[in-house]
Amino acid sequence: MTGIADVRELVTRNLRQSGIFIAFIAIVVLFSLLNPNFLSPGNLTNIVLQYSYILILAIGMVIVIIAGHIDLSVGSLVALTGAVSATVVIANGNPWWMGVLAAMVVGLLAGAWQGFWVAFVGIPAFIVTLAGMLVFRGLTYEVLDNISLSPFGGSYYLIANGFQNGLFGGPGYDVFTLVVFAIAVVGYAISQFRARQAKIAYQQAVEAFPLFILKIVLVAAVVMWFAYQLAQSRGLPNVLILLAALILIYTLVTQKTVFGRHVYAIGGNLSAAQLSGVKVRKVNFFIFVNIGFLASIAGIVYSSRSNGAQPGAGNMFELDAIAACFIGGAAVTGGVGRVTGAMIGGLIMAVMSNGMQLMGVDQSAQQVVKGLVLLLAVAFDVYNKRRAGTR
Amino acid sequence: MSNNILEMRSITKTFPGVKALQDVTLEVERGEIHAICGENGAGKSTLMKVLSGVYPHGTYTGDIYFEGEHAKFGTINDSEAKGIVIIHQELALIPYLSVAENIFLGNEQRGRGGMIDWNHTNSEAAKLLARVGLRENPTTPINQLGVGKQQLIEIAKALSKKVKLLILDEPTAALNDTDSAHLLDLLRHLKGQGITSIMISHKLNEIADIADRTTIIRDGRTIETIDMKDPASTQDRIIKGMVGRDLEQRYPHRTPEIGEEVLRVENWTVHHPTQHDRVVVRDASFNVKAGEVVGIAGLMGAGRTELAMSIFGRSYGRDISGEIYLRGERIQVRNVSEAISHGLAYATEDRKRYGLNLIEDIRRNISSAGLGKLSKRGWVNGNEELKIAGEYRESLNIKAPSVLSVVGKLSGGNQQKVVLSKWLYTDPDVLIVDEPTRGIDVGAKYEIYTIINRMVAAGKAVVVISSELPELLGICDRIYTLAFGRMTGEVPAGGATQESLMELMTMEKDQVQ
Repeated sequence: MTGIADVRELVTRNLRQSGIFIAFIAIVVLFSLLNPNFLSPGNLTNIVLQYSYILILAIGMVIVIIAGHIDLSVGSLVALTGAVSATVVIANGNPWWMGVLAAMVVGLLAGAWQGFWVAFVGIPAFIVTLAGMLVFRGLTYEVLDNISLSPFGGSYYLIANGFQNGLFGGPGYDVFTLVVFAIAVVGYAISQFRARQAKIAYQQAVEAFPLFILKIVLVAAVVMWFAYQLAQSRGLPNVLILLAALILIYTLVTQKTVFGRHVYAIGGNLSAAQLSGVKVRKVNFFIFVNIGFLASIAGIVYSSRSNGAQPGAGNMFELDAIAACFIGGAAVTGGVGRVTGAMIGGLIMAVMSNGMQLMGVDQSAQQVVKGLVLLLAVAFDVYNKRRAGTR
Repeated sequence: MSNNILEMRSITKTFPGVKALQDVTLEVERGEIHAICGENGAGKSTLMKVLSGVYPHGTYTGDIYFEGEHAKFGTINDSEAKGIVIIHQELALIPYLSVAENIFLGNEQRGRGGMIDWNHTNSEAAKLLARVGLRENPTTPINQLGVGKQQLIEIAKALSKKVKLLILDEPTAALNDTDSAHLLDLLRHLKGQGITSIMISHKLNEIADIADRTTIIRDGRTIETIDMKDPASTQDRIIKGMVGRDLEQRYPHRTPEIGEEVLRVENWTVHHPTQHDRVVVRDASFNVKAGEVVGIAGLMGAGRTELAMSIFGRSYGRDISGEIYLRGERIQVRNVSEAISHGLAYATEDRKRYGLNLIEDIRRNISSAGLGKLSKRGWVNGNEELKIAGEYRESLNIKAPSVLSVVGKLSGGNQQKVVLSKWLYTDPDVLIVDEPTRGIDVGAKYEIYTIINRMVAAGKAVVVISSELPELLGICDRIYTLAFGRMTGEVPAGGATQESLMELMTMEKDQVQ
């Protein structure tokens, strides 16, 4: 088999995934042509910081959507966890980590509460989380007494605004950042190589070796270029480390664990999953506990980034997170979707918001564009499925 | 003009890479009941889709003449306007709408100002219902009727469209014997009124019973059209035409080697999940030994599936009582995962609803009940999974391009093999198969029986639930009969006949509630 045929096969086999990836690259290229500042070190850093909490929410949301549910409450939960943290740290003068812990506990409890109603009582998630959206927002007002609390300052502020840099110095750029990324790239290459070896051992088809090397080199080049840009600005953002860890962990959880399989099975055919021995209630419960937890992480990042807690924080975040999942290829009917897809979907929205802001497009037009992108992405999906179906 | 209402000449239809129909010719006489037989995937449904305009004129080659006219249908509406109505296997009724609303769906009876004339609608519906022998109120919601009556309502709907040629795709597949008989009577009755019918069916008895002529299709070609009045038109001849070879035996041979008792169920009673005072299974007891195939025969509604599912981790019903013994020891089976870990497996009768994740590939469907074996501390070994799936594809002869093919696109027989693979991989001691050959063709049936035989040869026990009595007699060692939720008999398969089983299956009717 030749390398070229391989590429074509790889692309056609996964047109939906590669399609969205190509769209992402096209959007990046478009904005970089329209605005030379778009790919500047400072702006790339900004994109990561500005949209990190949506991406964190989208990780939890895509799992909820794969299982065939929805969660409308995460925006309110971001506000509530941020508010609790601010009360602990700002109003009561406790150390920063107590705020973090308190937020996580609240997130887990809120997730368990919603998981209980969805999994054990059998109320549709749409209703449970619609109620949650109201309840958690109300509780936020209650906790904050309807006023904003700020500033956190100190260590808490650095969670979302701090950078890891300067450890090794460097002439005009941060060597530490480059080293971290280089380690990540090497780790990626090794894991890919080992996966390939395992596949060969099981006599499965793999891409030709030159193609494999090309793929690794391309990924490495793009990642190191991105690292270099970051290194020229302020170094490695803390949030990026957190986000990378979460993406890695949840990709593995959804693709490689029994729990992940059960999530897909429930979304694909609930009755069949039940009759195959999947403990549906337990899995559903933990899906909601998990998104509660991730919402608290997003709440911590958001409150840290805005250096305070506001009663109206996190408004409409749930819709951005849901949109990211659907742009990234998740199916409304459940059973389909990927963490990486949701991340690309989220990044498409992040890049578009940021690009349009740089160009001075006003808020109202931005909303319209985002809405149309969501619609087009799903339309593309439907079109693809229909084409595949008539074959 | 000839006496043919329909002539399809040299129909060829290709999909990318596949010739679905090749030079197919079909002639249907006015006023006859014409059966079409063929294995799954032979092209029967494709042919009917060409006829009804689902595949519009121009996407196939060949000519269709309907009532002597060269027909060029672009959509289903075109063919319906000419009086050709197709009733699909999966009924197209809307559960929460009334009988009358369903009958006139898309063909609403409008009165003044474009508003629906409900009085007219309901009275017309009542007339149509009378024609198909139903006495239901036209305002009854569809979901309150059984499948048999729903099928008749589909026919009433067809009659409302002034049907001349009625096409039925596997009309009795989901019906019990009484409802089937009723449906066939109705077809004869309609024939008397001059309506021509084409019936696609796997049930050869039915075809012998009702069809005037039968056309056999194999691999997208017409094999022959035979006159059913001809004494040479036996079932064996049809089977031979369908599979292209002599099927000496429809059931593979097996020499039983029966060992110790594996599973025993005693005094099993199950109540209906929502109507709490209704007893679905009452005091049922049975056992199965190693190396033995035990049949459970019962009509639809006798509680066969309910019995099996309630044993399999209480997946059905409530207020379940009774004892389950595995190799003489009493066990508790509170949920499906406990059932699996005790070595029980249950392959459902409704594979699309309860057996498979249709949007997932073969590999992950096969592994879905046995992930425990494939994983360590919660992590699944994806390579091992792929290997296992490949092995089952090989050994059960699942016809698919690869184990990464999506299950929803496979034929019924191959889907059933995926379901069986899934349960075989859990390495069960007792496999309960519920209607294992429903809706699958003769060749695949034989393969399924072979798989069952292989299991018992390995010392496992198999329970087969079926409403096809020849099948039970052909593959079982012992048969229990179930009627109205009670076990009414236990007979060795050697000494039983279809008649004696049927007698037991209809017993005690008056004693139950």
